[in-house]
Amino acid sequence: MIEFAGSLLLNLAYFAAFLAVTSLVVFPFYYAVLSSADRGEDRTGAGLFWNIMFWLVVVLICLIAIFPFYYAILTSLETGTAIFRVNYLPESFDLRNYESVLGGRSFVRSVLNSVFIAATTVIFALFLAVTASYALARVRFRGRGLLLMTILAVSMFPQIAVLSGLFELINWLGIYNTPWALILSYTIFTLPFTVWVLTTFMRDLPVEIEEAAIVDGATPWVIISKVFLPLLWPALVTTGLLAFIGAWNEFLFALTFTVDETKRTVPVAIALLSGASEQEIPWGPIMAASVIVTVPLIVLVLVFQRKIVAGLTAGGVKG
Amino acid sequence: MTTTVTTAPGARASGKEVSLQQQRARAAFWFLAPMLVMLVIVAAWPLFRSIMFSFTDATSDTIFNGQSEWVGFENYLTWRVRDNGEVRWRGVLADPDWWNAVWNTVRFSLISVSLETILGLLVALVLNAEFKGRGFVRAAILIPWAIPTIVSAKMWGWMLNDQFGIINNALMALNIIDTPIAWTARPDTAMIAVLIVDVWKTTPFMALLMLAGLQMIPRDMYEAARIDGIHPVKVFFRLTLPLLKPALMVAVIFRVLDALRIFDLIYVLTPRSEGTVTMSVISYLNLQQFGDYGEGSAQSTLLFLIIAVFVLLYIWLGRVDLSGERSK
Amino acid sequence: MIHMTKAAVLRSSVMAALAALSASAATAQGVEVTVVIGATGNAVSTFDALVAPWEERTGNDAVLVPMPSSTTDQFGQYRLWLAAGNPDIDLYQTDVIWAPQLADHFVDLTQAATEAGLIEQNFPSIIESQTVDGKLVALPVFTDAPALYYRTDLLEKYGASVPTTWEELQTTAQMIQDKEREAGNTELWGFVFQGNAYEGLTCDALEWIKSNGGGQIIEPDGTISVNNEQAAAALDMAAGWVGTISPEGVLAYMEEESRGVWQTGNAVFMRNWPYAYALSQGEDSAVAGKFDVAPLPAGTGEGARSAATLGGWNMAVSRYGDNQDAAIDLALYLASAEAQKFRAVNLGNLPTIQSLYQDPEVLAANPYFEAWQDVFQNAVPRPSAPAQQDYNEVSTLFFTAVHSVLSGEEDSATALDDLEADLEDLMED
Repeated sequence: MIEFAGSLLLNLAYFAAFLAVTSLVVFPFYYAVLSSADRGEDRTGAGLFWNIMFWLVVVLICLIAIFPFYYAILTSLETGTAIFRVNYLPESFDLRNYESVLGGRSFVRSVLNSVFIAATTVIFALFLAVTASYALARVRFRGRGLLLMTILAVSMFPQIAVLSGLFELINWLGIYNTPWALILSYTIFTLPFTVWVLTTFMRDLPVEIEEAAIVDGATPWVIISKVFLPLLWPALVTTGLLAFIGAWNEFLFALTFTVDETKRTVPVAIALLSGASEQEIPWGPIMAASVIVTVPLIVLVLVFQRKIVAGLTAGGVKG
Repeated sequence: MTTTVTTAPGARASGKEVSLQQQRARAAFWFLAPMLVMLVIVAAWPLFRSIMFSFTDATSDTIFNGQSEWVGFENYLTWRVRDNGEVRWRGVLADPDWWNAVWNTVRFSLISVSLETILGLLVALVLNAEFKGRGFVRAAILIPWAIPTIVSAKMWGWMLNDQFGIINNALMALNIIDTPIAWTARPDTAMIAVLIVDVWKTTPFMALLMLAGLQMIPRDMYEAARIDGIHPVKVFFRLTLPLLKPALMVAVIFRVLDALRIFDLIYVLTPRSEGTVTMSVISYLNLQQFGDYGEGSAQSTLLFLIIAVFVLLYIWLGRVDLSGERSK
Repeated sequence: MIHMTKAAVLRSSVMAALAALSASAATAQGVEVTVVIGATGNAVSTFDALVAPWEERTGNDAVLVPMPSSTTDQFGQYRLWLAAGNPDIDLYQTDVIWAPQLADHFVDLTQAATEAGLIEQNFPSIIESQTVDGKLVALPVFTDAPALYYRTDLLEKYGASVPTTWEELQTTAQMIQDKEREAGNTELWGFVFQGNAYEGLTCDALEWIKSNGGGQIIEPDGTISVNNEQAAAALDMAAGWVGTISPEGVLAYMEEESRGVWQTGNAVFMRNWPYAYALSQGEDSAVAGKFDVAPLPAGTGEGARSAATLGGWNMAVSRYGDNQDAAIDLALYLASAEAQKFRAVNLGNLPTIQSLYQDPEVLAANPYFEAWQDVFQNAVPRPSAPAQQDYNEVSTLFFTAVHSVLSGEEDSATALDDLEADLEDLMED
């Protein structure tokens, strides 16, 4: 017992040291970013140094985020033994992998399925969550904390543990092997997430805005749709995007609840890409497929760009 | 649940207020109801079953026909006396492999979530700053999160390979190491490999949520601080961080939830060795591969309890304002 | 998904006894038979061509449901579907090790197979692997067994012969690796295999132990035999390879990673399945035309002999399918010499029917099949039959123990001792 407590303390000390070292290493970068707005046209040596640091951070972020994706693109343009060789720049430009993926049985169909399922899941979850989070954030009632915890508890079981129960439920509802089976099962992780995030953001909106609306005789529904929604755009779009990707990438439920090739979603379709044998993994086509399915998500971000950063430019003081 | 309703915007006693409160209470109830009904429909039965199975000897052949038998806490802890009089403890709680998995999971979660928080906040601050090409960075940052885990785990496994992996190749070219490191193979580096990939993959999630939080802070507050000549670091600690706290809290809670349940990354990236096996992996093996629903469900239920403890601990230690009472 | 007329139900019940014979061709108005198989290679794209003769003969329709090629993914899904009595799937393509675990859910095919003459045409060991308590659970459609790949050019260059024992392999590999590295070929390794902790390691380690006279983990009569000195010696030997003749990364290698090292010309020897043969002969392969295969080496000591773990796939008929008779008929067709020949010629799958190894068309398409005939002489089944329901757990305990010995976390004696106790606990339940 003492031994256990000892090792626990030791590990906690390690952890604290680790945190301290990490913070220390990261701090200059934080400083460079935080002071960037103030520096403006600072032409002194120090100003120049911190500007370089700032751009270093930007470049590092992009490099780290993009490099594996870039490598995936490289791999997707290679075939045969070339895949096992390291190269940093494209050496071949072979679109065969893309042809085989897009020309394969129902891959395009899977992408459409995924778009439909993920979009419906998100719209549904956001709709339910916006109204619910208004009640949870702006109206006081006893047991609010407990209710929030209960909602969160739904997300605390490992996916595999709820699989057989959901399978039964879906069979019972008669929606097995339809998109609705996935839309329904995905709410188990998207709904708690959207409710929590939106509740948090909704709670932070200034009281004065709502008061003014109430004085004008607005009903709760009008307050939500006309007053809060416009202010909540960044939160709404971000939550929706994160939930969308969650639904887009889900594998286990999609594999279990659909059978027909025409009902499959993207991650299952990628897993269905196969080599010439049980043991071979078709790297080229898998990478090509990953590139193909990542592009729509990037487009989605670029489309919603403005909304993500359309925060409270005006507005009252916080309550 | 809607008995003691008061309006959020302060209590101004007047006759009109009462009916307004009632109206808000009714509205709140109808606003909450659809979401709750939905959650009950989807989650109640699967969760109930999972907990119930943990007290039975259910196997994959009996989960649907109800022939499994009640065994009490046997899946959690039981003992048997061997012929030579030795007592052998059995069950999840007496299984050293389980405790090893608990330790791996907790260790992984603490390190990965704190790294992701620190780095995610930095990325969020960058995205919140004004500079040329911001839109590009914002799209770029999402890529790691957008690639399906089963693909990115395999991809990183390839990149970390000792013989034809690009990471070893690059490190050797830069003279940082002189022999290739078998990242995912060695028990001591496998966890590091998992951490690298997880931080790479989920920092964008943290960053985007915190960026949304930053966007909700009114710009004029920064303006005021700047006009007053307050040092930006001071502004960050005095103004930004406190206002960001609620967003930070949700982001961390959901990351902790996911980190404690981590499964596919570890399952795909590393050998199933002691160094990296986690609670979800063990539970997956029992449920999906061994068909042992009793033990697997017991492990899932324990994992659920451990997560609940962590979340409550976090809310308590972080003085998180769950019910929203204090801020009013 | 399944459209079945009342007439069809009636007819199939009347014809139940006859259905085993392919004479059920008389079915004019066909039914749909759903077959679920792992999506590997051209198995999916050639499926329609494969079943076309059967469809024409019977008037039925064979519908394919592809699954991810990961064997463990498939197993989890199938078990869930079968437990729920899913009527949508009639035929399952099953791994050689699944038979005992899923036997209760499948139809006994003994009679059907006997009448079709399949029993005597097949390798007896393969039929045996699919027989559980006298019940033939599935019909073999193709098989798999690993071999030792070796570099003919390098062996010739250094005047070495093809190793027949592991000791010889180790010496030869070390010698060639050292000399080649001196000559500047720094990336060359002696031997690559599958050392990741997964089912593949169970196969590799079973071969080391069996070939060293150390038994086969659990013997057919149910005795747990794994804790013996010869088994420990075999594991110690393999652990000695890691970091010397095999890269340390081998502890995370599955089949593809080993092939990657081999096919870029960076290994002298490789243990792998037949799939690597055609790929290694590919035009961009660095080893094309420079290698050959041989049976895996034997160990030393009593009972030592070459051993190759038996793989392969089979067709099982679900008890819950709507069209059992048509499904049995399709299974018989898929297991027949006709269909197996189609697979061998078009997909390079190794037939389970012995006579096909003399078939000129098959050998013309896959000249290397001849080499595999020797390999099959030494085929060893994994202990799925004695382990019954618990095979997956037995295998996981086994490969976890082996992996910890390979990585140096445990010594072989302790690991095997603990493994024995764990297996006892498991089998007692």
